[in-house]
Amino acid sequence: MTATLEVRDLRTHFFTRAGIVKAVDGVSFTVERGKVLGLVGESGSGKSVTGFSIIGLVDPPGRVTGGQILFKGRDLASASEEEMRRLRGNRIAMIFQDPMMTLNPVLRVDTQMIETVQAHQKVDRETARQRARDTLGMVGIPSPDERLKSYPHQFSGGMRQRVAIAIALLHKPDLIIADEPTTALDVTIQGQILAEVQKLAAQTGTSLIWITHDLSVVAGLADDVAVMYAGRVVEDGPVSQVLDAPLHPYTVGLIGSVPSRNKRGEKLRQIPGMTPSLLSLPPGCAFQSRCARADAACRQDPDLFALREGQRARCFHPHLEAIPA
Amino acid sequence: MTVYLLRRILQSFMVLVAMSIIVFVGVYAVGDPVEILISPDADQLERERAIRALGLDLPLWEQYLVFVQRALQGDLGRSFVFNEPALQIILQRMPATLELAFGSMFLSILIGLPLGLYAGLKPDSVASKTIMAGSILGFSLPTFWVGLMLIMVFAVQLGWLPSTGRGETATLFGLQWSFLTANGLAHILMPAFNLALFKISLVIRLTRAGVRETMLMDYVKFARAKGLSQNRVIFVHVFKNILIPVVTVVGLELGSTIAFSVVTESVFAWPGMGKLIIDSINVLDRPVIVAYLMIIVLMFIVINLVVDILYSVLDPRVRLEAKA
Ligand SMILES: Nc1ncnc2c1ncn2[C@@H]1O[C@H](COP(=O)(O)OP(=O)(O)O)[C@@H](O)[C@H]1O
Ligand code: SF4
Ligand SMILES: [Mg+2]
Repeated sequence: MTATLEVRDLRTHFFTRAGIVKAVDGVSFTVERGKVLGLVGESGSGKSVTGFSIIGLVDPPGRVTGGQILFKGRDLASASEEEMRRLRGNRIAMIFQDPMMTLNPVLRVDTQMIETVQAHQKVDRETARQRARDTLGMVGIPSPDERLKSYPHQFSGGMRQRVAIAIALLHKPDLIIADEPTTALDVTIQGQILAEVQKLAAQTGTSLIWITHDLSVVAGLADDVAVMYAGRVVEDGPVSQVLDAPLHPYTVGLIGSVPSRNKRGEKLRQIPGMTPSLLSLPPGCAFQSRCARADAACRQDPDLFALREGQRARCFHPHLEAIPA
Repeated sequence: MTVYLLRRILQSFMVLVAMSIIVFVGVYAVGDPVEILISPDADQLERERAIRALGLDLPLWEQYLVFVQRALQGDLGRSFVFNEPALQIILQRMPATLELAFGSMFLSILIGLPLGLYAGLKPDSVASKTIMAGSILGFSLPTFWVGLMLIMVFAVQLGWLPSTGRGETATLFGLQWSFLTANGLAHILMPAFNLALFKISLVIRLTRAGVRETMLMDYVKFARAKGLSQNRVIFVHVFKNILIPVVTVVGLELGSTIAFSVVTESVFAWPGMGKLIIDSINVLDRPVIVAYLMIIVLMFIVINLVVDILYSVLDPRVRLEAKA
């Protein structure tokens, strides 16, 4: 059976005045039907751009310059705008980071939901409204009939994100790209929404790409994880393996900076330094300026080496030894 | 909403009172109409009788009270010149000015909105740059000069459009309107366009800025991520958001359009209030000046109120705050 999504060597570059920003530069991953892929990395590593490339909404001056985006076998990188429109919100949905900004402030929630139903199906308003109401109920919004008539500003941030999730679920898509959907929310609501989405995705057989900079979120949610750094995947594999026995020094650093994984009293170990400018990446491994293991070999470009069963890392000196507990 | 409305109406009333005092005192200070109205040959007795008849012998505050008392009964005084109620004289001219102002507002939206939208959606195209350059001309060319040029080209050289007057009018609600006849429409086109020039530029710039800003918002991207057509995204999601500032500004401009249609009315000999007020100032026809200014003040107040209400209809966030 073909995977829901197979991204092969995706390249998305921004042609700015200052030069070419290679925001996504040769990213590959696969999402099987009903599975959850965690896409992890620091801010600026190219996660969102990867998501927007998949649904064909990269803002100018950016564009997909290479690679394939195989959605159920069909390459979206070469699809027409109309074909993409028919897929968006229908077979592939996206949830954005900031729920305060994703709903149109001057349109009622029912308008914003009904238009989504009618963009893809010839149904009358009333049928569309009922579908909207049922979906709102499904994502845990109380008295959905009344809430449909509300405007976005009458909802809390968490409730707005539930509305956005409901909109994403309207057509029971094959794939949902969730771009840090809980980052802007407080912790208890994060947990609720996480559990809710996981449940709904499992019920409908929807595949998920869950973008986050927080590895602890991925732990309980994803099947597989891909770690991104400077526009590339630097490590991928099954979530338990990557989290328990990370290979790439960057992944090790990320895990060290997750509060819940640290013992009490122990200092959080931030990765030193900052993401390098994508405009002027030095030759070789993009992580070398921040890496404790860097040596002369790292001035070459490392490949994504398959180092363990199903687990790969883009590094010449991976953490193959067991990490002390 | 009701509480909000009541509060706004009370505010408006106080503004009206304050303005009436300022207008009254201001006009009083401008000059003494006695010198103009009463012939120099008149003897002292005649002078005094005339002054008393006009109520000009009372102290200023008493004149004001008399004015307020009469104003409340809808009497804004009699014109010294026409010896007719000032209000009536002004109201007779009002339809001409109103239709000119509304015509120019209509034109500014009809022309400005599509051009601004285009310039906002394709900011780098040659057409957009031309539109923006044109809008600078619209801001900076003097109204009377453009008016004269329009007459030169379209009336004198091409002979397509008439240059002066209202043309044929038809009656609606007991008033005369030019826009109801073809001939009248031909007459109103040039002056309305002339008066609209500034506002067209304004609408273009507002719309363009609004479109560019709104297109970058997350909710527009989200609307596209829902699979909506480009038309729906632009004409519903983007448009509804830019309509708020455009409606506000154009609405608020209506007052000044009416107040400052003086120039256009003079150039095109359009028999409206603007022309009347110029004539009245020349002869210090105090009641007409006061009545005109009061009507303009009232109009500004009403327009502000209506714009505020429209605004709250368009922007649900304002509606809620008003309720709270
Ligand atoms: N509109 C744009 N113009 C230029 N560069 C951009 C644009 N959008 C994103 N980028 C570049 O792409 C990089 C990756 O961005 P993004 O995918 O948003 O990162 P994140 O992993 O935080 O989601 C950024 O560092 C930025 O330099
Ligand atoms: S390749 Fe070298 S610099 Fe890059 S992560 Fe591995 S050890 Fe560090
Ligand atoms: Mg992002």
